[in-house]
Amino acid sequence: MFLTHLGPGMKITVNGNPHDISAQNLADLLIELGYSGTVVATAINQSFVPVSRRAQQNLAAGDQIEILAPMQGG
Amino acid sequence: MQIDGIEIVSRLWLGTAQYPSPAILANSIKAAASDLLTVSLRRESGRDRAGQYFWQFIQDLGVRVLPNTAGCHSAREAITTAEMAREVFGTHWIKLEVIGDHDTLHPDVFGLVEAARELVAQGFTVFPYTTDDLGVADQLLAAGCRILMPWGAPIGSGRGLNNPYGLRSMRLRYPDIPMVIDAGIGLPSHAAQAMEMGFDAVLLNTAVAKAGDPPRMAAAFRDAVIAGYEARCADPMEARDMAAPSTPVFGTAFQ
Repeated sequence: MFLTHLGPGMKITVNGNPHDISAQNLADLLIELGYSGTVVATAINQSFVPVSRRAQQNLAAGDQIEILAPMQGG
Repeated sequence: MQIDGIEIVSRLWLGTAQYPSPAILANSIKAAASDLLTVSLRRESGRDRAGQYFWQFIQDLGVRVLPNTAGCHSAREAITTAEMAREVFGTHWIKLEVIGDHDTLHPDVFGLVEAARELVAQGFTVFPYTTDDLGVADQLLAAGCRILMPWGAPIGSGRGLNNPYGLRSMRLRYPDIPMVIDAGIGLPSHAAQAMEMGFDAVLLNTAVAKAGDPPRMAAAFRDAVIAGYEARCADPMEARDMAAPSTPVFGTAFQ
């Protein structure tokens, strides 16, 4: 009942997990999911999306999003 | 050694994974005197800031990083990961890994060459994690790679140089190409052996991170790499099958 005023969300996958989101583009998605102020790189459907293009990158139902951050490596 | 006109002083390149704590990692890097560290990218949620803390930690060390594409199993995955790493880490250097076998982490050399070609075209400096196969090396160089990183043994195995003959052949075939032994090193003696064979550097992670005393092991590797490099530069004697007395035989008594 609480969610009804938000309208239907868009179903996408973020880092392998299903999400129901209201953001329409990648920049807004990062804000919605709590990534503000973080250093991350993004890809949609295995294609890299640079920071400069996130706001223009519209999302579509079924999109597979990857959000990656620095990590230890060998 | 110089790469892209940038001087890398240390010939011991160190991975940053699997250490017991950030403090032990920092002490190990210091003990190794390494000025090139490998890093990676992984999924992170909006609430989990581990990656942010790690990146700040590395930046505070002031050491150059070499991002990898570990975990990628196709050229497509590796290319996208490299593009993402370039943006996050602010470097066009990439340690290119395309894994072909789950158990041995053997490189998928076909995917490796394909990804290397594309990434070089995009302006990356590609450090390919490869085998000692000369045919693959030829193709990597033709794709635009200016450095080769053959494995000593499977990643994390600690088995040392599994195929010294193959590695020696590779060194002889490409005398002017910088070459780094990447993976499989377990002991400082393995690193010294690689340097004595004429390799330009060694890249290792597990051998230090999983030692009982990582900083002490890092120091041991530092000394071994220096010893092996100095020995190579000093032009070692040729081995021979039969003994040759080192004490002069002239004037030997009772003859």
